[in-house]
Amino acid sequence: MNKWENNKAWFMVIPVFLVVAVSAILPLMTVVNYSVQDIFGPENRIFVATEWYKEVLTDQRLHDALSRQLLFSALVLLIEIPLGIIIALMMPKKGWGASLSLVLVALPLLIPWNVIGTIWIIFTRPDIGLFGAAINSMGIPFDHTAAPLDAWITVLLMEVWHWTPLVVLLAYAGLQAIPEAYFQAARIDGASTWATFRYIQLPKMRGVLTIAVLLRFMDSFLIYAEPFVLTGGGPGNSTTFLSIYLVKLAVGQFDLGPAAAFSIIYFLIVLLFCWLFYQALLKVGTGDKS
Amino acid sequence: MAMVIENITKSVANECHIDDISLQLEPGTFNVLLGRTLAGKTTLMRLMAGLDKPTKGRILMNGKDLTGISVRKRDVAMVYQQFINYPSMTVYKNIASPLRMAKVLDAEIDRRVREAAEMLHIDSLLERLPVELSGGQQQRTAIARALVKDSELLLLDEPLVNLDYKLREDLRTEMRDIFKRRKSIVVYATTEPMEALTLGGNTAVLHEGRLEQFGPTVDVYQHPQSTRIAQAFSDPAMNIVAGKVDRNSLRLGDAKEVPLRHHLSGLPPGDYRFGMRANHLQLEMQTSDDIEFQTTIDLAEISGSETFVHLFHSDDPWTVQQQGIHNYRMGDQAKVYVDSANLYVFDLDGRLVISPTRPDSPTMT
Repeated sequence: MNKWENNKAWFMVIPVFLVVAVSAILPLMTVVNYSVQDIFGPENRIFVATEWYKEVLTDQRLHDALSRQLLFSALVLLIEIPLGIIIALMMPKKGWGASLSLVLVALPLLIPWNVIGTIWIIFTRPDIGLFGAAINSMGIPFDHTAAPLDAWITVLLMEVWHWTPLVVLLAYAGLQAIPEAYFQAARIDGASTWATFRYIQLPKMRGVLTIAVLLRFMDSFLIYAEPFVLTGGGPGNSTTFLSIYLVKLAVGQFDLGPAAAFSIIYFLIVLLFCWLFYQALLKVGTGDKS
Repeated sequence: MAMVIENITKSVANECHIDDISLQLEPGTFNVLLGRTLAGKTTLMRLMAGLDKPTKGRILMNGKDLTGISVRKRDVAMVYQQFINYPSMTVYKNIASPLRMAKVLDAEIDRRVREAAEMLHIDSLLERLPVELSGGQQQRTAIARALVKDSELLLLDEPLVNLDYKLREDLRTEMRDIFKRRKSIVVYATTEPMEALTLGGNTAVLHEGRLEQFGPTVDVYQHPQSTRIAQAFSDPAMNIVAGKVDRNSLRLGDAKEVPLRHHLSGLPPGDYRFGMRANHLQLEMQTSDDIEFQTTIDLAEISGSETFVHLFHSDDPWTVQQQGIHNYRMGDQAKVYVDSANLYVFDLDGRLVISPTRPDSPTMT
């Protein structure tokens, strides 16, 4: 009797298995399939075992792309998280000012990603771009199509402009959820603005900031559309991030085997980092030493 | 020296929250602010703390005018309905935080934190974080934090509302003992009359932003100066019935005439309003002198070991508090009895004329 009832539960979860299988597991298995074979056509393929993995793991250009990617994501987190919190702290808490600032802050999030790239190409052009021309006219040479550092600055600025609003919205929601009594208690204790931030606002925002860090890390680690439009990975390879390199490999050179092997490694890296961040953030502030 | 509140008024956007309140609170006293939600308890506390500025009036502490002085520069501690602690600090650090802000020496901090923690029975939880505590323990931490500061003024804004029944009772009794031994002015806001009675000290009854009566709690309970105070400081609310006094007799509602006895003798003839507490109404006759009313049962509400019987006398809703559990059917006729010795007498404007002389000890539940 009990056994039958337990088994019935499986029928309930089968639809989920089917959906996940079609949407995630089957495509992933296709990639696994490609990563262990050399395929020339449907009837013409050779099993190569881990050869593509060896090739990819010893690929110097991939190592460079990975270090570039890590540096980029680290910079993105270091800039966007504090900046997002600062902006959220400065925004009005109620009244029409709150609604207005929310709309203004959220605007960049509403623009399609490839359009963002185009906007920044024009914005930073040394001849006619508002930003590029202004910088150049001050006597500082700036050209993201020629100087790697300028390209980096441009991509970073674009990423910060595009995605800090998300951090702001999350942090703002976290701040709004803190009961007024906490701030009163802090005032009565004589706590400074900094102490109020450090001991009330920051710990109370931990949940939303965990989500913000995870989202921003994953998104920035997988960044493709904006730098592809803006720099195309150049100048040279200076802004060739992992997914740009991956697309060059798969679509540009049609090296499907190495590209598939690389995709799997890429996937595992993202998974690993997310798990590490999640574990780290869970422990921050809870004093949980287990 | 005391805290003196002089003709304080607080209005926000033309809406009057506190209307011309004057009050003098002595050090070492426990003062209850009793009133319903929106009676102005929290607003008055915020004014006392200096979180808000009064629209009119002054607040003096030890003769010094504190009106408009920032809360940071005052010597105040406060406990809230919500359990407010610093989320990332352990219980120990939470309790120590006001002392650290005040730059007290470490050894002294340690001594005072442990003393406060012991008093509130959280000395075994000092290394825990607030999230690892139950609601009761979190509130104990918040109270310890307020206590350790040893401030001139300690405000407690309905600190027990969010706790369950048993914890509330324990903590209430403990608080009475802890605070009575201190030299601070303690102010405690509550909506529950029984809580005020348990806590003792003084009680200020607030109604719609006005101070209705202030005095020793038992005094206010036994001699409510108006029907409004009597109804506010009575749970369930005091039952009111119109009545007429002739030279030697008394007639209440639809009841038969009875002779004037006890504290009522000597009452000048005329129309009055009579107050009867729910615990003085009986569903069975106690003595042949009892006044008897005809009523219709509306609802029997069972609460713990008691039954609150809601019924109608003519069109007036009354409540009878009865020991034990009883069942009644809606619409049934019932006779209700009251001993005239327990009657409160108010004039037609609702002002107290005379209250029962017999010590009216409230039933604690």
